[in-house]
Amino acid sequence: MDIAVYGIVNSISLALVALGFALVYGISRLPNFAHGALYVTAGFLVWSFLRALALNYVLSIVISVLITGIIGSLIYRAILIRIRGMAISEIVASYAIGLAIIEAFRFWGFKGMTYTLPSFTKKTIVIGDVPVDGHRVLVVVLGVLVMGSLWAFTHYTKMGLALRGMAQDERAAMMLGIDSDFVALFAMGLGSALAGISAVLLLPLGNIVVEKGYDVLIQALAVCIVGGLGSWAGAIMGAFIIGFAQIIATAYLGAKFQMVVSLLAILFVLILKPSGLFGRQKELEERV
Amino acid sequence: MKGSLILEVKGLTKAFGGILALNGVDLTVNEGEVVGIIGPNGSGKTTFANCVTGFVKPTRGEVIFEGRRITGLPPEKIADLGLTRTFQIMRPYYSLPAYKNLVIPLMSPRAKRLGGWRGGGKFGDRSTVGVDILEEIGFERESYVPYKLASSLPTGYLKRLELARCLALNPRLIICDEVFSGLSVSEIASLLPLLQRLQAEGITLIMIEHRLRELFQIAGRVMVLNFGEKLLEGPPEVVIKDPRVKEAYFGSEEAEEVMSYA
Amino acid sequence: MNQKERRKERLDRGIKVRCDGIYALMSLKEISYLVLPRLLLILVLLLAPILIPGHYWERVLTIVCIYGMLAVAFDFLSHYVGLVSLGGAFFVGVGGYISALLNTHVGLHPFLAIPIATILGALICTLLLMPCLPLRGVYFAIATLLYPLLAARIIEALDIFGGTDGLRGVSGLPGKYTPVYVLIMAALLFIFGLRRLVNEDMGLVLRAVKDNDQSVRASGISVTRYKAIALFLGALGSCFAGAALVHIYMWAGISLFALDFSILPISATVVGGIHTLVGPFIGCLILVPISEALREFGTLRIVFYSLILLAFIVVKSEGLLNYAQRKYHQFERWVEV
Repeated sequence: MDIAVYGIVNSISLALVALGFALVYGISRLPNFAHGALYVTAGFLVWSFLRALALNYVLSIVISVLITGIIGSLIYRAILIRIRGMAISEIVASYAIGLAIIEAFRFWGFKGMTYTLPSFTKKTIVIGDVPVDGHRVLVVVLGVLVMGSLWAFTHYTKMGLALRGMAQDERAAMMLGIDSDFVALFAMGLGSALAGISAVLLLPLGNIVVEKGYDVLIQALAVCIVGGLGSWAGAIMGAFIIGFAQIIATAYLGAKFQMVVSLLAILFVLILKPSGLFGRQKELEERV
Repeated sequence: MKGSLILEVKGLTKAFGGILALNGVDLTVNEGEVVGIIGPNGSGKTTFANCVTGFVKPTRGEVIFEGRRITGLPPEKIADLGLTRTFQIMRPYYSLPAYKNLVIPLMSPRAKRLGGWRGGGKFGDRSTVGVDILEEIGFERESYVPYKLASSLPTGYLKRLELARCLALNPRLIICDEVFSGLSVSEIASLLPLLQRLQAEGITLIMIEHRLRELFQIAGRVMVLNFGEKLLEGPPEVVIKDPRVKEAYFGSEEAEEVMSYA
Repeated sequence: MNQKERRKERLDRGIKVRCDGIYALMSLKEISYLVLPRLLLILVLLLAPILIPGHYWERVLTIVCIYGMLAVAFDFLSHYVGLVSLGGAFFVGVGGYISALLNTHVGLHPFLAIPIATILGALICTLLLMPCLPLRGVYFAIATLLYPLLAARIIEALDIFGGTDGLRGVSGLPGKYTPVYVLIMAALLFIFGLRRLVNEDMGLVLRAVKDNDQSVRASGISVTRYKAIALFLGALGSCFAGAALVHIYMWAGISLFALDFSILPISATVVGGIHTLVGPFIGCLILVPISEALREFGTLRIVFYSLILLAFIVVKSEGLLNYAQRKYHQFERWVEV
């Protein structure tokens, strides 16, 4: 029962973390290795607004998510747009951006255990016979809500349909009059904002530390690769697989093995079926 | 031995998802023959080449080359036995000069064992042998063309380079995937004698072509594919007059050419 | 219409024939034209330890050579063979740990432990990365990125090889000038060895694998076999660098698998010029001293070299050496049209 409840909580958290990465890669084939850095940025932004400027909690969350989205779009507009299509340069450049952001935070003194966000609620709920604190329940509820609204957005709005069009075939979308640069810019902004949302939801569960940036990136990668790069439904399935695997590993092997499990999962999937368990990419593209 | 069976394809089938790209194709090729494979676009010609040379695993069926079952072997093993191919979309090594392109097949285990083209690679410098092969196939030795980067060569030379790469392997059978397409009539005219010479030297050729007129000058037998199925097989002059072939080509680019044979 | 326009005209120097990589050498002057730049690098490197004052900068030069070998290995693997490995740290860690273990547990002298660690480490790395070799492009890059992370986590979780504390008491290299010269010689050997190799018949096959693996297979050559050979060669240099590093710092720990060893060589390659093999080393000659000079700013130096990397990727993606080479081989002049 423990495993089931915490497995679901963990899976939804992972799905949230990975969603932004999967969205950007799915739409513009851009592996955004700065994802983790954006996640941390959102966390520190909320903290600064809340503690340093003493703003209202909800207000600072909204502003931070928006700013994170704008930072993401700016990164795309200023740097990544120039190297679109060169896969390795994209990885190296976005990784360098992420590294620069994370290490800059570390330099400015955002490190150690002093930075925390208050949780949304102090209540504890008992599901079955397992006590779960209210914030984790909220994460699950809000996480499902975010995913649901994203689904609705991509299926019922013009912009959302343009995003899906780009994801399926960039050239065909361009021929139909979709401005691919703008859509990619928007996707990057949306992906970054999603990183921000996941940060806001998940960071109150622990401390804000810069190392989270690297962990989040690896978790997002793990989820997306297991589910299949570029497939959004796959990302959610991947989140559940890795989420439960991690909880089971923690329960039977110890907390230290949590990361080992996700890393091993990525490696095995990459080696056995690079397009992911649910991906539908051509075999020839990824393998000799 | 000339005239003996070299390649036997039995019931070759390849399904991509629910679509049958090839459906139970049979073909036998004797040594020293030139066999043409024609058919409208999307009829499975290139898939046939891919399945036979091992680049794509067939869903069902068997390929027997010189008495050995080669279905499911990786392409490098099949090439090592002497069955190689050219690519429809040319695949030279763009960052290397033309003559250095031929060092790669000459470095293969087969070429090391048997010597490359006419046993040449066994002795001496591979780069020199590379220039020899290029000269044989129509590059002007004294000009700088053989030494140019493959990325700066025009289509005509790249097609020859594709063939040269196969020849350097000292092959028994070459599957040529549209070597004529994209070439001018005069370029093809200069390529034809070369192919005939290869045939005379005992190399078997399977030619996948869209240029029917040129193909019929050298092919002794033609197989027609349509929607992945073998429509018919026979001497070119018989095949082209068949109403089923005309029907298959109806509406395609080559329709006019096919009709002109009536 | 008497408005005069000016246009930049570029001419190749006479000795460079129209075909790439072929030179027509007629005289000593023309030979020296080609030999001088290479000689310059070798001489500067060999004389540097004697000329530069102070033990500190000598140590920096040692570190330059270590990073240089990593960068050259990265350039070789990614731009000559097409295996973009983001996990250079894995090689460093494997080489370093083997050498440290041989030294502390078996009691081998560093001069014996380093060569054994180099060869053994390269073998182990090649074997472990073997399953990834059929992967392409981004997939291979991501897979290799995970190896050092995984290795570090496994050492941490299983608490083997000293766990998070690492292995202490590794003996250093004896002699005042020995470490720096051993590394300079190794780096030069590695660079010029690889440069020679890529123009030999075997190197041509490797470059062909990068250009088009499908037609390499159609030529009857096993792509995986050649990729494994290339990986082994690249790993040789990197494992040597790792093993030497351990004996210079006299300590081995999981920081050997840290991202520094993956990202700095990549930056150096981009800055120095990709597809040149010497360029990455020159990139290290520039980046490592800067990074050392910024050491007091702590992690800001990582920010700093990330930004340099970004600037080069976006503005001058060919890198310094490719630019310099072009200028060296061409005349440029303004002509009026």
